[in-house]
Amino acid sequence: MSVTMFPTVRDAAPVVRLRGLTRRFGTNTILHQLDLDVARGEFVALLGHSGSGKTTLLRTLAGLDAAEGQDVAIPSARAVVFQDARLLPWKKVWANVALGLPRAAARARADVALAEVALSHRADAWPLTLSGGEAQRTALARALVREPQLLLLDEPFAALDALTRMRMHELVFKLWRTHRPAVLIVTHDVDEAIALADRVLVLDRGRIALEERIAAERGQRSGAVRELRRRLLAALGVEAASGSYADAVAGHVAEAAE
Amino acid sequence: MVDLPSSSPLRSGTRRVARSRLLTPLLLLASWELASRAGLIPQHVLAAPSAVFATMLGMIASGELPANLLVSFRRVALGLAFGFGTGVVLALIAGLSRAGEAWVDPLLQIKRAIPVVALAPLFIVWFGIGETTKVALIAFATLFPVYLNLYNGIRGVDRRLLDAASSFGLDRWQLIVHVILPGALPSLLVGLRYALTIAIVMLVIAEQINASAGLGFLVNNARDFMRTDIIVVCLMVYALLGLGADLIVRTLEDRALAWRPKLVEA
Repeated sequence: MSVTMFPTVRDAAPVVRLRGLTRRFGTNTILHQLDLDVARGEFVALLGHSGSGKTTLLRTLAGLDAAEGQDVAIPSARAVVFQDARLLPWKKVWANVALGLPRAAARARADVALAEVALSHRADAWPLTLSGGEAQRTALARALVREPQLLLLDEPFAALDALTRMRMHELVFKLWRTHRPAVLIVTHDVDEAIALADRVLVLDRGRIALEERIAAERGQRSGAVRELRRRLLAALGVEAASGSYADAVAGHVAEAAE
Repeated sequence: MVDLPSSSPLRSGTRRVARSRLLTPLLLLASWELASRAGLIPQHVLAAPSAVFATMLGMIASGELPANLLVSFRRVALGLAFGFGTGVVLALIAGLSRAGEAWVDPLLQIKRAIPVVALAPLFIVWFGIGETTKVALIAFATLFPVYLNLYNGIRGVDRRLLDAASSFGLDRWQLIVHVILPGALPSLLVGLRYALTIAIVMLVIAEQINASAGLGFLVNNARDFMRTDIIVVCLMVYALLGLGADLIVRTLEDRALAWRPKLVEA
């Protein structure tokens, strides 16, 4: 009997598996010997400066750049939410969600997905009339309607205002709990990463410079992550006192006063 | 235009007249009529507006104007259909494949370098002085704006939208249907608008070539008899054709580009 018959063993097989991924543009090495596993249903956050190779890594995971001769395994069921929602302006909201689905059930499936992001009332609107938050919710619906095994979020909330962003975090968490895709969120925001992810990676000059697992339950993390936040920021080159953002600025003033 | 509320209705009425866009054209028409009646403008130089209007009614009643207008309209419609069709096909070939671009684009750039009017003698040698030459001139002239605008529209489609659509697993054909062609449609309509303008210019030129019917035929005859009233009637019809063409494109745009937010609503 083969052990692979056990569901637990099958579940342990990662959805994403990269080994020694190296990407060059001309003489520029963007990604250097990068290893990455993402487990089924895992929520991973990827932090990094602009130019750290985040976008290149995300394009590889999205299958947008051919990865010939590289040891790259990604699932066929994957979907991306971009920072700019990238809805097709000439298709109504529901048709954007249904993009590429088999025609027969397209409308019904789009309506279900739109209901999940609380946008049923905008199904027949033109995308250019949506607010930033509505456009991103549409993009989320468009990604989830495909039941992806891997959901890639490319700084999806960076262009939204702080209050909308908080609501979007709740929504993403709810959708993740319902559908359980593996999620990789690329972000600049350390607090966003800590609040959402099981595991946080810091990418620096094409390598993974820091990897942190967060064991604490979501919603009860502020105490557990005081040090983590400082370590992540340090890996990004920002010196900060331990604690939450509310303490961050005061900490600097105190140091300066000493 | 929004008029600010004014204290006196009389003053606001005066202001509305002063700002009306109809004011100067109507003044011009009135002074033209007065000058004609006073004998300042002789009939053989330029007929009075009233005379032009009377002539027009007469030409409509006799069927002379509608019959010839129909002949001219048929030339434009046929020429445009061929020119537009060929332009679209060539733009699709050049826009959607690198090889197609390498084959088609050089030929069209060479074609652009030759003024279409200069081809008229050659067309007359080939096709004679009948309808074919006239339609061919219009078709050949309208091909290029359609080709160039659609080709640029296809090549200018937002790379990020293509990336997004392909990340959802759309194949090449689906990308063309759902992303590339709708994205290029506004450019195609700009091309169509240019083509309509050029088609009417080419119609005027082509009808100078020994036409035996059509608006150009009327104008040529009127010139020989110094009938300036008929010439002005035909000029008005040409202008109406241009306005009508513009109206058609605007209607098409409103339908096809309903997804674009209207500036006036903002």
